[in-house]
Amino acid sequence: MSAGVGVDLENLWIRFGDFVAVRDANVHIKGGDFFSFLGPSGCGKTTILRAVSGFLEPSEGNVLIGGNNMKGIGPNKRPTALIFQNLALFPLMKVWENITFSMEIAGASARDRRKRADELLDMIALPGQGDKLPSELSGGQRQRVAIARALCAEPDVLLLDEPLSALDLKLRQHMRTELREIQKRVGITFIYITHDQGEALTMSDDIAVMRAGVIDQIADGKTIYNDPATAFAASFVGENNVFRGKVLEVRGDQALIRTNRSGDLLSRISTANQGKMNVGDDAMMFIRPEALSLAPTGTQGDHFVTAKVNHEEFEGNSFNIFMEGDGGKELKVAIPNHGQSFDDHSGQDMTLEYDVHNAVAVPAGELAAE
Amino acid sequence: MPGFLKEFFNRNGTLMGSLMLGLVLFWTVGLIILPQLSMLDFSFRPNLPPPEIGGPKDVYTLENYKYLIYGPEGGSQDYNAVDLKVFFRTLVAAVCVTIFNLILCYPIAYYLGQNKGNHIRVFALMLIIPYWINEILRAFALRIIFGESGVLNTLLVGSGIFDTPFDFIRNDIALYAGLGYAYILLMIFPIYNVIESLDHNQIEAARDLGAPWWRIHKRVVIPYAKPGISSGCTMVFMLSAGALAAPQILGGPSSLWFTQLIYQQFNDNSDWPQGAAYAIVLLVTCILLVLALMRVFKVNMGDIGK
Repeated sequence: MSAGVGVDLENLWIRFGDFVAVRDANVHIKGGDFFSFLGPSGCGKTTILRAVSGFLEPSEGNVLIGGNNMKGIGPNKRPTALIFQNLALFPLMKVWENITFSMEIAGASARDRRKRADELLDMIALPGQGDKLPSELSGGQRQRVAIARALCAEPDVLLLDEPLSALDLKLRQHMRTELREIQKRVGITFIYITHDQGEALTMSDDIAVMRAGVIDQIADGKTIYNDPATAFAASFVGENNVFRGKVLEVRGDQALIRTNRSGDLLSRISTANQGKMNVGDDAMMFIRPEALSLAPTGTQGDHFVTAKVNHEEFEGNSFNIFMEGDGGKELKVAIPNHGQSFDDHSGQDMTLEYDVHNAVAVPAGELAAE
Repeated sequence: MPGFLKEFFNRNGTLMGSLMLGLVLFWTVGLIILPQLSMLDFSFRPNLPPPEIGGPKDVYTLENYKYLIYGPEGGSQDYNAVDLKVFFRTLVAAVCVTIFNLILCYPIAYYLGQNKGNHIRVFALMLIIPYWINEILRAFALRIIFGESGVLNTLLVGSGIFDTPFDFIRNDIALYAGLGYAYILLMIFPIYNVIESLDHNQIEAARDLGAPWWRIHKRVVIPYAKPGISSGCTMVFMLSAGALAAPQILGGPSSLWFTQLIYQQFNDNSDWPQGAAYAIVLLVTCILLVLALMRVFKVNMGDIGK
C-alpha cells in the first residue's frame, strides 16, 4: 500500500484579503493513506483541499504531490481528482459518459470508454446502469457514480469534500464502509474533508483536527480520541466532560488540578503537552462520559467527583446521568446497561469515580462549539 | 369543461379566473390572431379603390404573391429580381446578425452568470440603461458615430489609419452594428438566465478531470445553456428580420431591407394587399427557418419558453 503517492503541505498560508483561512499548515500525508481533515465548518479544511486540487494558489508555502511542487500547475494538470460536496455530476450526460469524461478529454474512443465504464460500474455495484441519466439514480447511486468518475481519471490522490453529507444516516454509515473498501482496493491516497468525527474516526488512517485555520493535532483516530493535544481536539472529537482549573502540582506525567468546583483532581497530562504544563497554569481536564462510574456517595479523593444530578435519561445501551458540571456545561455520565435496576437520582448528590489514566489534562484553550 | 380549465378556475376562483382567461384570450385572439388573419385575407385580394370593395371585382387571387416572384405583368424581366434579392439578403443578413450577436453575447452572459457580486449588478444595469433611450434615437446616435464625418472616421483619419473617410453606411457596417446593438439584451438575458443556474462545481469538476476551457464550454456549459441560446437566437433573428427603424436610418441608399419594401407598399403605394402578402411571406419564411433550425439543433419548443 506504500506504493501510493504522498502529499505534503509545507508552511502553507492561505489568505483572503485580511482573513487568514489557513495558518502555517504543515502536513505529511503518506502515500496510500486515508487521511482526513476534521473540523467545524469554516475552519479552512475545504480551502486546504482546494489548494491541493489546484483551484486555489496558496498565499505562501508549497503543496507537494509525490514530492513534486505543484506551484503554478492548474487543476486539470494535477494528478488529483476531486469529489465535490454536491457531487457535480453532469446532468445532461449519461452515467457512462459522466464516468469516462476524463477519457473523452484524453481522446479515447467510444468503445474503450464504454468498456472502462462497464468495469467501473461493476466495481461500484451498478452494473448495467450506464445508460441512465444521473437524475434517474438514487442519492447513494449518484454518490458511487461520482467516485467512479473520479477514479476513472486514475488519479494518484483522490480528494473528497464532505461527499456523504447529503445522504441520510443509514446510507452514510453504509458508504463509510464502502469508501474505505474502495480505498483499500485501489490503493491510492484519499484526502477526506469532514466535520463528522464519526466519519473521520471510522475511515481514516490519520486525522488532522482543524480549528479556525490552524491544525491542532495530526494523529491516528485512537490517539486523537484518547490523547488529544488541545482542548479543542478533546472537545470536538467525541463527547467529553470538561473541568476547568489550575495546575496545582505536576507529578511526572500526571498533574493535580485544582478545579473550579470539583476539588483537586488527578489527571494524566496528554502526551503532546508533557513537560509543558507548569504549576499555576490554567488547565482543562477531560473525562469521557463512559470513563466515569458510580462510587459510594461522599467518597473523597483525587479521582472522585461529587455533583448534583440535574436529570437522567435512558438511551437503550446506557443510562445517561446529567449533573451540574464544572466547565459551564453539564457533566454527562454514561452507565452501560447490563439489565441492572436503575433508580432516578434527580436532585440528589452523587459521587463519581474515574481511572486517572482515562482523564487527560491539556492547557486551557478554546472549546468546540456545541 | 375540460379538466385543466376546471382546475384553473378552482385554483384562482371564478372571478379572477375569468378575468385572467379573458385578458389572455383578448391578447392572443384579439390583438394577434384576428389582425393577422385579416392581413392574410388582405393578401389574397386585389388592391381596389374603396367603392369597389365588396363588389364583383373583389375576389380571392394569388396576384400579390405572384408579384413577389414574377414582378409586374408585362415587365422586362422574368423574375422580380429586385424584390427577391432584397428578401434573401434580409434573411441572410438577419442570420449573420444573429450569429454575430451570439458570439458577442455568449461570453458576456457567461461572465455575468458565473460571477457574483455588486459589480455584476452594475454591469447588468449598464447594459439595461441604454435601452431606456428609444430605438430611433439610438439609431441616429450610431449614425453620428459611423457617418462620413462622424466620430469613428474623425478618429481613424486623424490617427492616420485611413487616408480618406470610410463609408460605413454605404458598406452596411453601420446597419449591422445597429441591428446587433438593438437586440443585444434579448440575446444576453436568456443565456444569462440559464448560465446563472449552472452549478459552478460542474465547471470545476470538468476542469479537475482534465478539460481545457474550450472543452468545458463545448461539453458542459453550451449544452446546458442551449435553451437560453435558442431562445435568444430566435428572438434576435425574428426581430432583426422584421426591423424597420435601424435599416431606415442606418441602411445605405442602395441596400433595402425587406421590411422597407413592405412599408413602401403599405405607405407609399397604399397597396395594402401587396404589403400584406409580402409581410406574410416574410413571417412564414422566418417561422419555417426557425423551426428547421430547431430540428437541426434538437431544440424543443418548450426550451424556447424557458
